[in-house]
Amino acid sequence: MTLHAPAPAPAVPARGRSVSLRRRRLLGLVVCAVVLLVMVVASLAFGSRVVSWPDVVAGVLHPDPENIAQAAVHSRIPRTVLGLLVGAALGLAGAVMQGLTRNPLADPGILGVNAGASLFVVLGIAWLGLSSLEEYIWLAFAGAALAALLVYTIGSMGREGATPLKLALAGAATTAALGSMVSMVLLTRTDVLDTFRFWQVGSLGRADFAQIGEVVPFLLVGAVLAVASARGLDALALGDDLAVGLGQRTGLVRALGATAAVLLAGSATAIAGPIAFVGLVMPHLARTFTGPSHRWLLPYSAAFGAALLVGADVVGRIVTRPQDLEVGIMTALLGAPVFIAIIRRQKVREL
Amino acid sequence: MTSTVLERPVGATVAAGRRARSRRWRRVVVVLVVALLAVTLLSLCVGERSYSPLDVLRVILGQDVPGASFTVGDLRLPRALTGVLVGVAFGMGGVMFQTMLRNVLASPDVIGISAGSSAAAVVAITVFGLSGATLSVVAVASGIGVAGLIYALSWRRGVHGTRLILIGIAIGAMLDSVISYAISRAGIYDVNEAMRWLTGSLNSAFWPVVQPLALALVVLVPLATILSRRLGALQLGDDASTALGVPADRSRLALLVVAVALVSVGTAAAGPIAFVAFLAGPIAHRLVRGAGPLLWPAALVGALLVLVGDFAGQHLLGLRFPVGVVTGVLGAPYLLWLLARSNRTGGSL
Repeated sequence: MTLHAPAPAPAVPARGRSVSLRRRRLLGLVVCAVVLLVMVVASLAFGSRVVSWPDVVAGVLHPDPENIAQAAVHSRIPRTVLGLLVGAALGLAGAVMQGLTRNPLADPGILGVNAGASLFVVLGIAWLGLSSLEEYIWLAFAGAALAALLVYTIGSMGREGATPLKLALAGAATTAALGSMVSMVLLTRTDVLDTFRFWQVGSLGRADFAQIGEVVPFLLVGAVLAVASARGLDALALGDDLAVGLGQRTGLVRALGATAAVLLAGSATAIAGPIAFVGLVMPHLARTFTGPSHRWLLPYSAAFGAALLVGADVVGRIVTRPQDLEVGIMTALLGAPVFIAIIRRQKVREL
Repeated sequence: MTSTVLERPVGATVAAGRRARSRRWRRVVVVLVVALLAVTLLSLCVGERSYSPLDVLRVILGQDVPGASFTVGDLRLPRALTGVLVGVAFGMGGVMFQTMLRNVLASPDVIGISAGSSAAAVVAITVFGLSGATLSVVAVASGIGVAGLIYALSWRRGVHGTRLILIGIAIGAMLDSVISYAISRAGIYDVNEAMRWLTGSLNSAFWPVVQPLALALVVLVPLATILSRRLGALQLGDDASTALGVPADRSRLALLVVAVALVSVGTAAAGPIAFVAFLAGPIAHRLVRGAGPLLWPAALVGALLVLVGDFAGQHLLGLRFPVGVVTGVLGAPYLLWLLARSNRTGGSL
């Protein structure tokens, strides 16, 4: 083909590699912690209103409702918390999906999961008259799950199973198909269009603690399931036959992982709208620190995802001040180039 | 199979098969042309006020028929012509992509080409308030620009189809978020206009739309027909086609430019009518069954899809839907079925 294989990695003695891997994981932990801290502070400090540092501290600890600057800082707290939660959920969901499908391009946005949630939410708003999160979160789950199932079933048909190309195409085609159904509903109902078009752009700006409280249980269950499937995902990476040989029940692992991914991606989408590429990019970044083991990869992906989303939100608040540039736009603009870089690095045969 | 071939002289059997195939191909084309003429006539005659085919013919021949001259001559005729031309452009562009990249799913609407035109158009409407001819030029130019970007990004010692598709999907996802953003920022009146650019519609197809479209197709269609001879060689794979004297990369670039131009011109005239570019090729393939080149059958199928979709959207569904919604909703299940089937059979047309 048109690509050459990369030079084989130099043989490293097993002991030496494990030491350097441990060092890299430690380094990753430090990087994660520092970046997260910086992002959280930045998210509290920067926004459409310029606020002095003493006001930032006071706004977080004991806001004075009379002081507009401190009140502004206080209002940034739920937004930051939501960013952390949604980012972690998407990072985790992406890592689980990549492990499940053994596919470097898996992501809730690319694989049509967001589109499924969108369609169901639109139908809920238009036909059932739903308007609040608690009412349509279940629909978002159902849509996400159905779309995930559909795309994976279609993408894994045929002899060579679910190759990255087939999955990505199945996801893109499903997104297009679901999108035209969304358009049909929206064109007949201008009132729904007016509600939906704001939800359609992933954003953290609509958050309050009551809404966050509603999705936290789902996120927790999803995270626990994801961590529980970590060992199984490691075995799946070796191929189904070997995984069975190692005593893993592959069906159970797949079910656990898929439930986790749908819960995480579905609730993130329900509260923040569709946000693409976080789940795709962060596991790749995390893998450079942790190596392939999912027990390490999953928490690191979650932490990096949280940092990215909060960071993207901060940048979006600053670049178009005083308006927000929604985080869903930011992640797409930042994430697509990484996606392209991943594709360019892969050998064509592996796609 | 093999035994019958062995019994007769091989040359005679091959020639007979070739004759039978070309007869079948001609029959399919003739049937499609007749069907297209029938649907065109139907869409000219039927409407809120229906006219007889005779009245319609007299209007087309330039005679003055009270009432019909305006309704048919100024409203229905440009609409039907735009439908046919746009359908031809989408059908040809789509089948060229699908054949060239050897994957049914690699149609311009899936891999981000149409998204380039739509995103630019939506931004131009909602942010810069453009309309009319400027808007069309912007849409065509950015469709071509996005395609060039995708091509350049997938270049690594030559362009490989697989990489091109995946990078197109990434760019498409990025552009979709730009569209969502522009729509969330627009006033609600602009939104309705912008939605047209997401689904495709013939509602603004008057004579000023037809002229530039027809002009563009007069250039592009012959080019596509000439270039499409190279498609057959490309279908055999890069190495084989180079061995046959068709340089893979250069042919692909030329085909790509023409196909992208077709799709962008169509999108500029009527918006990205959902799935026409995607469906025309596979449907034509099922009709022709390998009996000849797909380019023209696909073009005719595309025109039929647009006209029938527009007719159904206007008159059959109670509410008035733009054509893109009809083709989108009807096309979606077929697309998913096709997806499932093409994965089983390997994916090429």
